[in-house]
Amino acid sequence: MPLGLIKYGLPGRRRARHPLPSTPRLRPRYDVVIVGAGGHGLAAAYYLARDHGITDVAVLDRGWLGGGNTARNTTIIRSNYLTPEGVRFYDESIRLFRGLSGELDFNILYSERGHLTLAHTDAALRTMRWRAEVNKHLGVDSEIVDLDELARLCPPLNLDRGERFPILGALHHKPGAIARHDAVAWGYAIAAARRGVEIHQRTEVTGILTDKGRVAGVETTRGRIACGKILQAVAGSSPLLAAMAGFRLPIRTVPLQACVTEPLKPFLDPIVVSGSLHVYVSQSARGELVMGGPTDPYALYAQRPTLEFKEGLAAPMLALFPFLAEVRVLRQWAGLADMTPDFSPIMGLTPLGGYYIDAGWGTWGFKATPVCGKRMAETVATGQAPPLIEPFALERFAVFRQLGERGAASVGH
Amino acid sequence: MKILVCPLNGPRNISEFVYGGEAVGTMDPETASDGDWADYVFGAGTESGVVREWWFHVPTAYWFIAERHTGTDEVLRTYPASEVFGPRGEAGDGA
Repeated sequence: MPLGLIKYGLPGRRRARHPLPSTPRLRPRYDVVIVGAGGHGLAAAYYLARDHGITDVAVLDRGWLGGGNTARNTTIIRSNYLTPEGVRFYDESIRLFRGLSGELDFNILYSERGHLTLAHTDAALRTMRWRAEVNKHLGVDSEIVDLDELARLCPPLNLDRGERFPILGALHHKPGAIARHDAVAWGYAIAAARRGVEIHQRTEVTGILTDKGRVAGVETTRGRIACGKILQAVAGSSPLLAAMAGFRLPIRTVPLQACVTEPLKPFLDPIVVSGSLHVYVSQSARGELVMGGPTDPYALYAQRPTLEFKEGLAAPMLALFPFLAEVRVLRQWAGLADMTPDFSPIMGLTPLGGYYIDAGWGTWGFKATPVCGKRMAETVATGQAPPLIEPFALERFAVFRQLGERGAASVGH
Repeated sequence: MKILVCPLNGPRNISEFVYGGEAVGTMDPETASDGDWADYVFGAGTESGVVREWWFHVPTAYWFIAERHTGTDEVLRTYPASEVFGPRGEAGDGA
């Protein structure tokens, strides 16, 4: 074995991998155009090809592959939601995530750590008990843990009763996981391209062409394309693209910031979230602490980081882990969150025929990448939303049938 | 640190303010359809451009209007709400 490894390491023995073909010429027509080459759009392209045999597909992106919110989230995967619709949906995502490295033949570094949502008030504990019972009823592993159990699950956590907001207990969700977000986008892109899907980077959509209430094509910076169906998967810019398609979305676009510290020895196994203190943290495979907080206080289409965010994050983070005071922040960034009034996504049909929407991903989009891709592919192929995502239709707002998930958002927004 | 000019208190740190959403007129309950109400309640999507918004100066409990570009975060103008909205029950031009 060591000899084989040395031989493998000799120069000239390895060929460079070019798993993704370079951007091809844009053809005049495709069956399906997917706008947005993030995790969601690429996953939908992959499942369209794999499950429905639809390979005449172009995925367009104004930037580069997985360069938007796919690259800017904090990669937390969980299904401990509050509504039965939400729990079922995210639970299917976890099941798909678990097999994804093998399925795509691409290591997404899926790592189940357990997810702890800390309660600092009686009210928070009540909501957690509610979540735990809904979860258990639907076969999802969530339970309330007391301080002794919490000390065992996360020894570095500060459980001092003398804190301003002492920890009273936590919701423990064992399947909570993190994964390599870029790898999810690349894995889906390579697997989709292998099945004939074309990925067109730096191709911005500037208009939606319609004919008698149905989509006819898209206008892009590289020319006009005719197509039979369009899938919009551009969370962060959703209202702008929907406006080109001629309808309005109940989405407020708000920056969401995060940062990482310098790498530390592995010491933090679970993902730790405090809804009351509005912070969350996990330790990446590289040892960096990935930290985030609430969304910015007002609507904006700009991916700019702020000093206020760092200040707001530092104090509560030190209340949870006081020994981090000396640790330096390495990078800070922002993504754009599609905030919906009920904190649930919008998936399915739209007022425009042949135009399908995948939007409203607020602060919860990465964890839904596989299931959303799979079910949106089904929606595009059949022209009908499957039961799993039907409750998330855009029309729910017109009939006041919201799916309130604010109580299960990781931190207050 | 970003500074916002309050019409009552002058330039203040933005952390003293709370965002109140886009300034839209009130609905006429006699004529509004269910669809109009839904659109009014849930709000339209964020536009990229100059929008008119409610802002609140917390220490002095003062609501006012700001015109802000949602792409660049530049605040063009702030002014008292009375420039746009009349007293409750009277028709302002704040539609």
